[in-house]
Amino acid sequence: MELTKYEEAALKGEHGEIMQLAYRILVATGEATDAERLVPIEWAHLSGVNYNTIGDAGEEFLSRISREAKVRVKTTLNPMGFDVDNVSQYGLDENFINKQLSIKQSYETMGVTPSFSCIPYEIYDIPKAETQVSFAESNAAIHANSLDSLKTNKESAFSALASAITGQSPYSSMRREVEPDLTIKMGLDEPDELAYGMLGFFAGKLGEDSVNISGIKDADRRSCKALCGGMGTSGTCAKFSFGSGKPGCEVVDFDKKAMQEVHDELNTSEKGDLITLGSPQLGLEEMGDLAGMLKGRSFQKRCMVFCPRTVKEQATAAGYTAELERAGCEILADCCTCLTPLICKDEVDSITTNSIKGAYYLKNSNGVGINLKPLSKIVKEETR
Amino acid sequence: MKKVLVRGSAQGVVLKSNDPINFLGTVDKKTGVITDKNHDIYAKPVGGTMLVFPSGVGSSVGAYTIYSIKSNGSAPAAMICTKPDLTVATGCALADIPLLIISEEEFTSIKTGQHISLDTDSEDVIIIQ
Repeated sequence: MELTKYEEAALKGEHGEIMQLAYRILVATGEATDAERLVPIEWAHLSGVNYNTIGDAGEEFLSRISREAKVRVKTTLNPMGFDVDNVSQYGLDENFINKQLSIKQSYETMGVTPSFSCIPYEIYDIPKAETQVSFAESNAAIHANSLDSLKTNKESAFSALASAITGQSPYSSMRREVEPDLTIKMGLDEPDELAYGMLGFFAGKLGEDSVNISGIKDADRRSCKALCGGMGTSGTCAKFSFGSGKPGCEVVDFDKKAMQEVHDELNTSEKGDLITLGSPQLGLEEMGDLAGMLKGRSFQKRCMVFCPRTVKEQATAAGYTAELERAGCEILADCCTCLTPLICKDEVDSITTNSIKGAYYLKNSNGVGINLKPLSKIVKEETR
Repeated sequence: MKKVLVRGSAQGVVLKSNDPINFLGTVDKKTGVITDKNHDIYAKPVGGTMLVFPSGVGSSVGAYTIYSIKSNGSAPAAMICTKPDLTVATGCALADIPLLIISEEEFTSIKTGQHISLDTDSEDVIIIQ
């Protein structure tokens, strides 16, 4: 990599230990991804927040560096393990809560906005087209590259943190123009959000950096979000473009059979003991839609609804929260289905969800059975 | 030698594995001992060695395992791989452990028990004795 005099000096430790550490991470990441230089970024979104995933080593590391480190650009944060307002109802042990609060404190000390959200693209204004950002959350990185005209690598927790501290990121392949050499052709009519999630999961397995998605007419916000969530879960692909792509592009069909294969891989149960909605977290529009669908109906089993805190506040002001709670929903801010410590296999055999991302992590990390259903069917079959 | 991912200097005795290493699942974060029975360097401690292996695999959180073994004094003196991966790259960057990428031919020629001196600022970078 070509480094400027400042970057070289920082790497040698002339701007302090934290800058040296941050540049060591950026250079190691850049060399590993064939970047030739570093470029300025305007917004970093960090993963590595949930104590369930980063553990003691992560908590100790963040606590140590937060004594000196400060972020230089706008920096937002992925969900953590629970919602402080109702954590006492979920039987989490004291150690988990204390370690999670320490992680929260460390990020706040460094100047990070405690957004605890995996949908930064829905709760913040999007910068102008072509702006370089560093998003570590996979669904957010894919959304930024594919739908928001921003540029980001699919960052690791560490490269995004180093980018937040330095305001720079490696100029890796995703920041340059990438022309996909693979097209996934959607072969299903009128797909629901579950089908979009499975399409994303399928495409993410095949696409290395970027894919075209053809055969889609009008994908609404919810469908696109499901596509991003599924894609980020199964591989390293960090961008999709709607269309057929360049002539001679390899085309792979996502037909009924391909969808059935994804379904069979992730769906391991005929029914769920409880329902989870939100992975990625629900936005305000989805909260409003759900409140509308539940008018006059009530869930017959527990239903956990995950959203960002700002969305919960807006939903409360709009009257949605009251309607959802009346229908039996438990609304949780600051956390998400994905990698939640609030669902454990000692208490729950299986869950029902419409989220492919949630399904993948609940199955593999929490070890619970998965029953996949689109939201319309969940409301129809699980409420009265 | 193909690339320097993390700069530095170190020397020590080679511990070579032909299997990729998943730091999150297979390395004890206190002792640095390989705990996976199916791994070709099972039960060996990586501490103080020049650890030579194809690449890292598995969750990027494995980078914190590398940071932990360093904090516990049981990290390798340096790591040498044939394929760059982000988990080992960021782990070595966090823990300030020199990390080199070498060619397949060089990898084949290195054997467990050899002594290696490494200095990314010198002309030779690697000297195998």
